[in-house]
Amino acid sequence: MKRFLIPLAVFLVLVVFLAIGLNRDPREVPSPLVGKPAPDFSVPRLAEPGSFSPQDMKGKVWLLNVWSSWCVSCRQEHPLLVAFAKRNNLPIVGLSYKEVRGDDELSGKKMELDAETTLVKQRAAAWLSQHGNPYAHVALDVTGRVGIDYGVYGVPESYLIDKAGVIRYKQIGPITPEALEKKILPLIEQLEKQP
Amino acid sequence: MRLLTLLFSLALCAATASYAGEAKPLAQDPAVEARLQNISKELRCLVCQNETLADSHAALAEDLRVEVRELIKKGNSDQEVKDYLVARYGDFVLYRPKVAPSTWVLWFGPFLLLIAGIFGLLKFLKRRSSTEVVSELTAEQKARAAELLKQGDKV
Repeated sequence: MKRFLIPLAVFLVLVVFLAIGLNRDPREVPSPLVGKPAPDFSVPRLAEPGSFSPQDMKGKVWLLNVWSSWCVSCRQEHPLLVAFAKRNNLPIVGLSYKEVRGDDELSGKKMELDAETTLVKQRAAAWLSQHGNPYAHVALDVTGRVGIDYGVYGVPESYLIDKAGVIRYKQIGPITPEALEKKILPLIEQLEKQP
Repeated sequence: MRLLTLLFSLALCAATASYAGEAKPLAQDPAVEARLQNISKELRCLVCQNETLADSHAALAEDLRVEVRELIKKGNSDQEVKDYLVARYGDFVLYRPKVAPSTWVLWFGPFLLLIAGIFGLLKFLKRRSSTEVVSELTAEQKARAAELLKQGDKV
């Protein structure tokens, strides 16, 4: 009888490991940037002259939301952001990610960077006026270069950044109401208390 | 009429010659491209996660290949390129997992299980072969057995 217990025990241990492993989502690649300073960048703004840099937000807790008009999940997430912006004081900065070259219908065309930037502005502005604008500022990542520095591998993604400019949380995919209630809002409360 | 046919076929040839395929990048350095291939095979595409960066057709993969090419041209070593991407995307971007305390079970676990299995098997075989040999019956016991068998036949 004892002889059969050992393989059974080993099997049960394997079942436990399998259960843990199968319940994890391989799409959620943990970001190595959490706990590190937000990478610096300088890109054009949508509605204001000059450029935007994360340095501009030092001293505030803020959310960087990476989005595009061709992204279906961003459309899904957007009402939550609009509602959030109305309720809270937290500034949300939209990062328009590959608005033109990321769109399958346009990606074949090669454009000069200036022309592409103009088209990015048109499309982003049109989309926001149609669906609501929760953003305090909109920064334009025309080429996707800023995305690479932030480890963006899909849209939408959001980063919660503290007053010192350190990334404290990354949301992969759209912000769900659960993630907002359970993870993001408590963390914002905590970060606001910091000097 | 013949001249017209000739002119028409010449025109057709000209048409095929003017087909513009995708332009090759201007300066394609074969050494850089070879290094790009090697490094990309060691990296994972994060969108199609079972493909290497070299094989994947995803947009992000194309972006990252361009990025790797730029890094190579700037004079980074293979390790520096990998470190650059790991700093942004984490260990998962390496196609072959790192050998580190967190992955020892992954790398060495199967061999340990194999050794444990072989060990267990040897122990089991040894136990089988060293069981007691059935001893021969004495002469007296043989006679008794023969009698009992005879009696059994009669019944």
